[in-house]
Amino acid sequence: MNLPYRVTLEKRLDAPRIVVWLVPVVSILVALAFGAIVLAVAGADPLEAYGQILTGAFGSLTAWLDGEFYAVSETVVRTVPLILTGLAVAVAFRMRFWNIGAEGQLVFGGVFAAWVALFLPGVIPGIPQTLWVYLPLMAVVAVAGGAIWALIPAFLKAYLDVDEIITTIMLNFVAILTYQYLFTGPWKDPEGQGFPGSALFPEFTWLPRLTGRVTLGLVLALAAAVVVWLIFDHTKLGYEIALMGENPEAARYAGVNRAGIIIVVMVLSGGLAGLAGFTETAGISHRLQQGLAIGNGFTGIIVAWVAKLRPGWIVVVAFLLSALFVGGDQLQISMGLPASIGAFFQGMILLFILGGDVFTRYRVKVARRPAAVAVEG
Amino acid sequence: MTDTAPIAVALRGITKTFPGVLANDDVDLEVRRGEIHALLGENGAGKSTLMSVLTGLYQPDRGQILIGDETGSLRPVTIVSPRDAIGLGIGMVHQHFKLVPTQTVAENIILGMDGVPFVLDMGSVEADVAALSERFRMPVPVSAFIWQISVGEQQRVEILKALYRGAEILILDEPTAVLTPQEAAEVAATLRALAGEGKAIIFISHKLDEVMTVADRVTVLRKGRNVATVDVGATDKHRLAELMVGREVATTIDKDDGAIGPVVLRIDGVVARNDRGIVALKDLTLEVRAGEILGIAGVAGNGQRELTEVATGLRRVEQGTVTVDGEDLTNRPPVRFIDAGVSHVPSDRLGRGLAGNLPLADNMAMKAYRRPPIAAGPMLRRDRMRAFAGDLIERFNVDTPGPDTPARNLSGGNQQKAILAREITAGTWARERGRRPVLIAAYPTRGLDVGAIEDVRRHLIEQRSGGTAVLLISEELDELMMMSDRIAVLHGGEVMGVVAPAETTIEELGLMMAGEMRR
Repeated sequence: MNLPYRVTLEKRLDAPRIVVWLVPVVSILVALAFGAIVLAVAGADPLEAYGQILTGAFGSLTAWLDGEFYAVSETVVRTVPLILTGLAVAVAFRMRFWNIGAEGQLVFGGVFAAWVALFLPGVIPGIPQTLWVYLPLMAVVAVAGGAIWALIPAFLKAYLDVDEIITTIMLNFVAILTYQYLFTGPWKDPEGQGFPGSALFPEFTWLPRLTGRVTLGLVLALAAAVVVWLIFDHTKLGYEIALMGENPEAARYAGVNRAGIIIVVMVLSGGLAGLAGFTETAGISHRLQQGLAIGNGFTGIIVAWVAKLRPGWIVVVAFLLSALFVGGDQLQISMGLPASIGAFFQGMILLFILGGDVFTRYRVKVARRPAAVAVEG
Repeated sequence: MTDTAPIAVALRGITKTFPGVLANDDVDLEVRRGEIHALLGENGAGKSTLMSVLTGLYQPDRGQILIGDETGSLRPVTIVSPRDAIGLGIGMVHQHFKLVPTQTVAENIILGMDGVPFVLDMGSVEADVAALSERFRMPVPVSAFIWQISVGEQQRVEILKALYRGAEILILDEPTAVLTPQEAAEVAATLRALAGEGKAIIFISHKLDEVMTVADRVTVLRKGRNVATVDVGATDKHRLAELMVGREVATTIDKDDGAIGPVVLRIDGVVARNDRGIVALKDLTLEVRAGEILGIAGVAGNGQRELTEVATGLRRVEQGTVTVDGEDLTNRPPVRFIDAGVSHVPSDRLGRGLAGNLPLADNMAMKAYRRPPIAAGPMLRRDRMRAFAGDLIERFNVDTPGPDTPARNLSGGNQQKAILAREITAGTWARERGRRPVLIAAYPTRGLDVGAIEDVRRHLIEQRSGGTAVLLISEELDELMMMSDRIAVLHGGEVMGVVAPAETTIEELGLMMAGEMRR
């Protein structure tokens, strides 16, 4: 109380543009600086480690000259589901609907897609067994799977005002346990020799590869980003979503149907997450197995938030965070550091970016307390 | 009060800027012990900023605050928090009370105080509060809960709270805004008594009548500057209005005897509950005809909010019917009311009327985005939306850098003009569809400066004369008397009577508002 000065925060009416851009950049630098300390404590040379992350995620110049782009293609592979889950949560978050359930919705999309690949040819043998029929079918069914899973919290919120944070989080567990039950139980590959997982999908259900392990899923994800951008900026629906997010009371006043829009938004959000389930099963694993629920639904929240819910930035941020993951894996291989170092950096960056937001919203003022001096009035 | 009384507080050369706004520009203000000093100015003139500086919410960019003792010798002080301000004997009574409804009067008074013992002796606190209320002749039920007592009593609690903390300088922000004329007179007497005890009272207002009757001196702020400090005895209402606005102002409004048409909005025997589940409208029946302004008088919180919501589909009706131009819309969704031609200027501009963070264009399109040319199938034509907003900005003289500016950055008056522009335009579309439009305007001039008030009133009269059925809710009885063709008085969710302005008086309306008379 008796310090000679006191630091106070004053709300800004409008943050200057420079502050809006500078704060996140400085936040990331501070996060990396903190990361360096942790790396040093873990016994690694921080500069070397950062170098390893870079080459691990993007490859090295010598590798590029040899025509070797494995590292960067792996980063792109990890980017695809992050773009889709980032978009999924961004759609909901723009309406301030806190969908924390993208993980479960992704898993459900994967399960639905897997059902089509594994069982539909047997159920309806008449369907032509080609890519052109099966891939769109699986994609649509996966979107439906994610959407159905998202509709449960949507209806609960729309008609009973049940808090969506709780329901979406809890349904993740239900989805993940259901999927694990399926590939270890009824859908387990009889010829898998005890290895937990479904049978391999027939080849006509595999997403074609563009290069390396990068599949057509990348095109799907980028197209989804364009569609979401269109919805946000150029449709009545996007306008209503923004209005609901900024001021639900004003939206009601403007005649927006609250329940209806919650349901539409969650169909979109869950559908996008379900699509990520499709790209991961049909594109990467080609079977239902462990590894579908690896946290992409949660990392999508970081992606969306750091990108300030803008579709274009979601693509960029998804790529950068994916680079951290892939680079982090490299640290494990080359320097013997835990692979979770990538997740650690993501956490740090999110923490500092969210914390740094204080400086965009408030101005820091230092007030001096002068010694009381009597003067003549 | 004499000019020789010691100075209680002096602000010297206070300058405070916000990005793009010079809120206070080299403002001087001296308040003496035993004086009621009115701070008069339009919205945005810098009254609130100045008082926020004095109470430690903002730090001035330049300038000094000096506090005087009994002999009048001044010492400079730095106030960086409301706690500092209280320590220096500066107490503030906000327009919106800061009381905890579920605690008693005495509990609210000691809430947040330093040095409250861990084990409370509420008995002695209540005795202290009772003694204080006795001394200043401000009766309050010390052990009653805040939710049980009237608004007037709540205000007394706020004043006592400041006095209990040893306030010598008392700031009141528009203290009569929520009171009946009779209650306002009581507050004036209380302030007079406090000044008599040597307290310095700063009284923020934009009501000229009130300033003339209550204050000793008045400081007029305009655009952040102190344009005059004068003795009330040496000036008059007209001169103060000119100082405040910076030009000549009209105090009446031209209104032709329009042709009154059939009933458009009919609310019949409606019962509705408020957000807390308490019946707020009790068997309420009202009719608004085409081409008339039906004024609603009443103390805030007597069903006005629920009435506007029932008439726009925003609140469920438990009994009774709401009919618009012959169509029964009882408990239909708001969009049906919009389609039926019901426009609504809500009381809470940023709470309901606008989404403050969205661009002005988006806000002005809230009723237009569903129809062509802005809507094209499921798509939204942003370019046309901007053009539409640009057109309204020009036609309604909305002062803004452009349609992309967030709505919250506009002044209150320009926000209100934007809302009016949107709602009036929606009304013209209803007319094109062959419907008789309804305009529900809740406190449309509240918090606006004189220029904006004139504009808003002119637009409302224009709508009425064009055949719109206008429901005008206001807390300014002068405004209702001037604008309305008929006035309905609400008390406790009931209509106490419907009168023509020419056949009633402010006093009579006051009695009806207090629930002591029916007509």
